[in-house]
Amino acid sequence: MDTLAKSPRTMSRPAQTVGAACLSFLFGMVSCPAADAPLQFNRDIRPILSDNCFACHGPDGSNRQADLRLDVREAAIDAGAIAPGKPAASTLVERIRSTDPDAVMPPPHAHKALTDRQKQLLSRWIEEGAAYQKHWAYEPPVKADVPLGTHAIDHLVRLRLTHAGLSPAAEADRRTLIRRLSFDLTGLPPTPEEVDAFVNDPSADAYGTLVERLLASPHYGERMAIGWLDVVRFADTIGYHSDIPRNIWPYRDWVIRAFNENIPFDRFTVEQLAGDLLPEANQEARVASAFNRLLLTTEEGGAQPKDYEARMFTDRVRAVGAVWLGQTTGCSQCHDHKFDPFTMRDFYSLAAFFADIDERPIGRREDGMVLAAPDDLKKLADLDAALAAAKQKLDAVLPQFKAAQRQWERDVVTYDITLPELKPDAEFGDAEKKTASQVAEVLKKQDADRDGGERNAVQTYFRKRVSPELFRAEFAAVAKAEQDRNGFSNNLPKCLVTVKKATPSVVRILPRGNWMDESGEVVKPAFPSYLPAPAIEGREPNRLDLARWLVSRDNPLTARVVMNRLWKQFFGTGLSRVLDDLGAQGEPPANPELLDWLACEFMDSRWDMKHMIRTIVSSQTYRQSSVATPAALAADPRNRLLARQSAWRADAEIVRDHALAVSGLLVRTVGGPSVKPYQPDGYWENLNFPKRAYPTDVGDKQYRRGLYTWWQRSFLHPSLLAFDAPSREECCAERTRSNIPQQALALLNDPTYVEASRCFAARIMKECAGSPEERIAWAFRQAVQRLPRVEETETLMPLHRDQLAAYKAEPAAAEALLKTGFAPIPNGLDRAELAAWTHVARVLLNLHETITRN
Amino acid sequence: MVMEQLRTLLARRAFLGKASQGLGAAALAELVAPRLAGAAAGRGMLDPPPLPQKAKRVIWLTMAGGPSHLETFDHKPKLADMHGKPMPESLTKGQQLAQLQGKPLVCFGPQHPFQPMGPNGTEICGLFPHIGSVLGDICLIRSMTTDAINHDPAHMFMNTGSQIAGRPSMGSWVTYGLGSDAADLPGFVVLTSLGKGGQDQPIAARQWSSGFLPSRYQGVQLRSKGDPVLYLTNPKGVSRDRQAADIRAINLLNAQHDALTGDPEIATRIAQYEMAFAMQASVPELIDTQGESGRTLELYGCQPGDGSFASNCLLARRLAERGVRFIQLYHKDWDHHGGVKEGVRLKALEIDRACMALLTDLKQRGMLDETLVVWAGEFGRTPMSQGGDGRDHHNKAMSVWLAGAGVKRGLVHGATDDLGYQVVEKACTVHDLHATMLHQLGIRHDAFSVKFQGLDAKLTGVEGARVITEVLA
Repeated sequence: MDTLAKSPRTMSRPAQTVGAACLSFLFGMVSCPAADAPLQFNRDIRPILSDNCFACHGPDGSNRQADLRLDVREAAIDAGAIAPGKPAASTLVERIRSTDPDAVMPPPHAHKALTDRQKQLLSRWIEEGAAYQKHWAYEPPVKADVPLGTHAIDHLVRLRLTHAGLSPAAEADRRTLIRRLSFDLTGLPPTPEEVDAFVNDPSADAYGTLVERLLASPHYGERMAIGWLDVVRFADTIGYHSDIPRNIWPYRDWVIRAFNENIPFDRFTVEQLAGDLLPEANQEARVASAFNRLLLTTEEGGAQPKDYEARMFTDRVRAVGAVWLGQTTGCSQCHDHKFDPFTMRDFYSLAAFFADIDERPIGRREDGMVLAAPDDLKKLADLDAALAAAKQKLDAVLPQFKAAQRQWERDVVTYDITLPELKPDAEFGDAEKKTASQVAEVLKKQDADRDGGERNAVQTYFRKRVSPELFRAEFAAVAKAEQDRNGFSNNLPKCLVTVKKATPSVVRILPRGNWMDESGEVVKPAFPSYLPAPAIEGREPNRLDLARWLVSRDNPLTARVVMNRLWKQFFGTGLSRVLDDLGAQGEPPANPELLDWLACEFMDSRWDMKHMIRTIVSSQTYRQSSVATPAALAADPRNRLLARQSAWRADAEIVRDHALAVSGLLVRTVGGPSVKPYQPDGYWENLNFPKRAYPTDVGDKQYRRGLYTWWQRSFLHPSLLAFDAPSREECCAERTRSNIPQQALALLNDPTYVEASRCFAARIMKECAGSPEERIAWAFRQAVQRLPRVEETETLMPLHRDQLAAYKAEPAAAEALLKTGFAPIPNGLDRAELAAWTHVARVLLNLHETITRN
Repeated sequence: MVMEQLRTLLARRAFLGKASQGLGAAALAELVAPRLAGAAAGRGMLDPPPLPQKAKRVIWLTMAGGPSHLETFDHKPKLADMHGKPMPESLTKGQQLAQLQGKPLVCFGPQHPFQPMGPNGTEICGLFPHIGSVLGDICLIRSMTTDAINHDPAHMFMNTGSQIAGRPSMGSWVTYGLGSDAADLPGFVVLTSLGKGGQDQPIAARQWSSGFLPSRYQGVQLRSKGDPVLYLTNPKGVSRDRQAADIRAINLLNAQHDALTGDPEIATRIAQYEMAFAMQASVPELIDTQGESGRTLELYGCQPGDGSFASNCLLARRLAERGVRFIQLYHKDWDHHGGVKEGVRLKALEIDRACMALLTDLKQRGMLDETLVVWAGEFGRTPMSQGGDGRDHHNKAMSVWLAGAGVKRGLVHGATDDLGYQVVEKACTVHDLHATMLHQLGIRHDAFSVKFQGLDAKLTGVEGARVITEVLA
């Protein structure tokens, strides 16, 4: 306990001292206030009021019932709902305890019922004086003092463990640690050699060395990108209706690079929201600004620009809420927020920050910025010049050409000439006949009555069918120059980026969110009214200001939101369990001091992501075993107090990466266009406009990491989907983690995993020359980085033996199995043996342990 | 079965291992029990459902593209009289339009004659004589409206009650609430079929996504080509015996690992491999309609495996028989911006007999009383012409029909104005339709919610909905 006393020797920058008044806050568990300590509004009361009362008696003024609000203390007292110290005189208590269906609160039609315990808590809180607190997440985070020589995370976790009578689990063994770190930091399994090296490393800082090696790996950025790409909803296609491709993958590579280069998170944020507005905006920063283009768009016929402009504004505001603020801003599209102080005006004022983005609300996206190296730019300029020169030459002769065309047109009309394709006995294809008849129709019109397409059609016809030799060279030169130019530029990567338009769109408050209602007030960019705003004088704040505000020291939310998400990556659950909502309806953090400490440290370190990860993984809390002792499991089934590590099934992409890595198929190239691994035939049959084939990639592109998989929003690759990868139509701060039969079917039967199994089998046979037992042991080490136990070998031996016998009797079946996937069947291996080992390998790749990080 | 050995092992572990050591059995049960229950389909969150359950399951026939109510079920002789005349501006001024925005609005008369059908002589389009023959079992709602006017958001609205992606589809809600009686099939199955007219609007997988509900409630697509369920078929060269051997080994190794680590997910994983293996047998059995009698095939008018809407209707009945909770069929090609006359004729050929057959077949087997059948598109179509021979999207009026499971038989509910533009009687919303469906399933729509982004999210939305009690017997 005395560790709490203010210590002059603190590890971190001195911040506000944790005073005695905070004791109960510190020690109380999320759901269980001590019987003798005063209640805490944020922890004990706000969740009850918010979930049960605020919808009608909260911040949303337009729907407030009985003119009573309970989210503001004075208002609740004035209305008589709360009489501090006197529960019996408080109508709130009277109403929640009423048995009269017309009087009881919450009313029956709300289908909300307070438990007896909740009623007691409310009474007791009023008895204790009905103290309110500002919502925790809107207060600046406070950095707890930590005694010198202790690890802040361990210190803050153990304070709670001690109080709960729990002790931390033992450190996990080194094999588990390297496997865990590899999954968490790179998403790739360690090789047995790497495991051995770490297990046998006698140096005092073996663990630290390993962490540094993994943080420096180019695959670290790939691992980190997965979660970020979810929350910003990165995908290769537009989302709505035809769901066609757009040029966006360079943004994904930028994210990977940014993590690898450890760009400070504030810079990372600013470049994404407003990279185009930076005075020093280079190509990189502009690619980062593709963030603003990640939303859903449509090409559906009949879509109304105003409708989709409104959808885009709301999409962007929801994104800011999900990615940085941890606020469910979407609620305020139609009404003031029911639980948080976020108003409709806040919503549309936030939207107004994005009003300067030049993006058409409907229709085809542009190709985007050409990403060119300096050499490419020079070549492009040369090709442009060549094209211009060719066009100039053509322009010089065009009057003569046009005169000839006019003469021909006159002749056709004057002498009523039937075009050759349209003569009754003409032997032409249907397409040619159709073109000719269209031209014939146009020729009946005066030139002034023809539209652009019609004029083109006539000119093209005249040039190709009537006078093909006339200025042939000039036309050909232009065509060639165009082809050269476009051929080159088409092969350069392109990326949608943010381009600022001269006149921002007008943003109005849309009553009830209705885009057809233009009666609402026009709003200008403004920061949410309930959060500290920067002083900007003499001009309107812009997107750059918004970005800088999000990562300013005064913003109480961003650092907490980002650290909460990061925590989940390393512990399986956020400190506040609801990652996208730090508002009233979210969950007060299980360990608020720890979340605050992380948030402060993140900002103090100048938003250094690798520093924070290093800090987290170096803690004993992280290094604990995930095996739950019975006592720990009973005391804390969901592991909110962290008396152990947790185990969970790896993310979809990592399930794939792992199998490819173990099989030896994985191609470790970082970045590049998205790839198309095997996908069941006909999976895209419900796509249309246009109908699409799925061109399965061959060669290296077939074996890339999962995060490079083509992200088709309306039909995400089924193997990724089975393992809960989100479609990324909306921002996704947290994936569900399911355990469903489709996962078994994918791991068993998806050609990716069958091919991985047979290639893994080939490795087993080629790289381990021993007995079947020895080979099983070798394979086990590859798949789960440990040796098999006796009973495990005994399970796999008969499997191998029986399959071998069966395939010897049926060589055609072995041949068929081994033909799965594009990888060649290695020479010199007995096919029946290889097929039998394929089964062993397949079993190993399907194990729960194999796809589980523990 | 291959899993006997494993069950024994698991049972022994549970008994001798955890229990005898007194290992926080309650805590463990909290974590394991609901997952296991869910893994084997079985019970839902509402067990038992709070209201009397009239419908045990739903078969939802989605006519994708937006069927014209004016060429199907909404009889508008006045519109014929007005054919070619300007649409009264009093109706259309300031209203949301799709592709007709800014274009002249001209009345376009119904393209096919209507005839009185069914016991009450209800006027429906003559292209649908088979549906007409079972009209006595159908409750026709002519007063449905929707919020959305483009296909993608309109489908989302019809399926999830929201135009924003990420919400659970109704099939997911229903299986989440009620579970499923199908032991070895998914609780929510989706089938799609194409029309011959070439107006096949795209349909995204989000239409049957479980959104923020657990993934096990997502719709599983049953495909007519290739693997009927994705990754269902063993790799080439792997017989069912070989597959069984592998799964046995996987589950044994997992069980052995579980004994050491006590990770509750492992028991679920084992159950999922069992379920997958069972599905590998049950799905082929399900889709093999060869064994259906000649009379049945004739009733539906389909050939086994032809991928038609009629075949899917037959499969829907087979799914219903096997206890699947929510069966959704999509039949595309209803998007008749042009050629509405020929287009609807083609659709009628594809769906008329099949719908009748489904209702008749269910009835003959005594299942119609406990199966709610819904026929609906995502919106209606304009009484105004588009391009002289088509109709544009329209969200102010559409016709849908219900049958079975306590729905009034032979009723016509609600009406549009003389031109079929706007609902003038007993307007219903998509949320009302959802509320009504849930009500028949025994679910209180306003109390059936899941916390999402701070909200008690409901299929029927935040603005309130009402059960259309008038259509219920």
